[in-house]
Amino acid sequence: MSLLSSTTVLLGKELRTEFRSRELLTTTVVFILMVIVLFSFTFDPTYSESRRFGPGLLWLAFLFAASLMLQPCFLREQNNDTLSALRLSVSDPFAIFLAKLVANTLFLLFTEVLMLPVFAILYNVPVLPVLGQLLLVFFLGSLGVSIAGTALSAISAQARMRELLLPLLLLPLLTPVLVASTQVTVGLLDVSPFMEWKGLGFLVTFDVVFLTVLWLFGEYLLEE
Amino acid sequence: MHMKKQVLVAAIVFLLLGAAAYGAFFVAPTERTMGPIQRIFYLHVASAWTGLCAFFICFIANVLYVFRRQPQWDWLSISAAEVGLVFTTVVLVSGPIWAHPVWGIWWTWDARLTSTFILWLLYACFLLLRTLVEEPDRRALFSALFGIFAFLDVPLVFGSIRWWRTQHPQPVVMGGSGSGLDPTMWKVLFFSWFAMLALMALLMRARYLMEAARGELEMVRHEAEAV
Repeated sequence: MSLLSSTTVLLGKELRTEFRSRELLTTTVVFILMVIVLFSFTFDPTYSESRRFGPGLLWLAFLFAASLMLQPCFLREQNNDTLSALRLSVSDPFAIFLAKLVANTLFLLFTEVLMLPVFAILYNVPVLPVLGQLLLVFFLGSLGVSIAGTALSAISAQARMRELLLPLLLLPLLTPVLVASTQVTVGLLDVSPFMEWKGLGFLVTFDVVFLTVLWLFGEYLLEE
Repeated sequence: MHMKKQVLVAAIVFLLLGAAAYGAFFVAPTERTMGPIQRIFYLHVASAWTGLCAFFICFIANVLYVFRRQPQWDWLSISAAEVGLVFTTVVLVSGPIWAHPVWGIWWTWDARLTSTFILWLLYACFLLLRTLVEEPDRRALFSALFGIFAFLDVPLVFGSIRWWRTQHPQPVVMGGSGSGLDPTMWKVLFFSWFAMLALMALLMRARYLMEAARGELEMVRHEAEAV
């Protein structure tokens, strides 16, 4: 089986597993919602303040949510003893990562899109005029988060204190994603919105670098 | 005999460090605007370079471990990471001591300060990860892989923060035109760096031997349990 077809099959499996229980999506949505509400107490969410601090808090909420959401990614395989079967089923172990990271990106993107209108209403930030560009940033940012997160969740699944370990390993690694996506979002939510292409290029660089590293070293993460 | 040699090497390293301190206090000229406080520069910059060298050694050891699977590379990587973390801690402490009188603030979220802090955090997590995986081979492999991710992340962290906020003085070393050091300052700086590298080698060797002994002990215990 080629990389593409095995990835597609595995992606189908990931999506099916999630949509049967919908556990990850519902908990993540509620988590982001809670963070958005709690953040409103840390500053005065007026029109101008929201534009300055909103993007940062939105991305922090996404990052925290992702570090929790990516937890079961490999843990589930481990608990059900399905990792070996998964390894045997495909010739290229990169397909496992690819399927998982695409699924994670889709889940993250889905929750982000769901939360965007809530954020816009609660913090009085108009998002409709820049919706397309926002979605592009969301996609590139979530892809970066998923690439690094999928790789690290394979590590944390096999360690003690794994619930604490994944955020600990993941969050410092994601600093560049947080900085770049926040900057681009600040520009988009400005009174006169503008697109910071440099930030977007930076996100693409991050995604490409980490995807390459995962492609080169991913198979070692799945060793028994 | 072996013990004597070690003591001799350690004595030489401490003499070098003493000479570097003498150079920083008495040989290097006083900086015109900052005054004597600038002399911390020789400790700060030399430690920063040495810390980076240690992390680079750690990265090389990580890559070699993944491909060769010899425990020596794992021992080297943990020694380098720990020593690098110590030097980076010196950088993070000596920086604010200098910054307070010169900038008027202890800390600013500038590219180099922030990325050094994140570098410190990443390697602290690297060491933490090692304590949380029991099985030696798996611990070595996972920490090596995380080390590779972490090291490659550092330039990205630096780039991202540098583009969007910065206050650290323009690089005096390999900076643009108008920046530069007095020739004596250069000499003292390089000598301090050399002394720090010697200290790094000394510490790393001691740590490596300790880790090797621990690794062998672990292996013997494993065999004993199997019997």
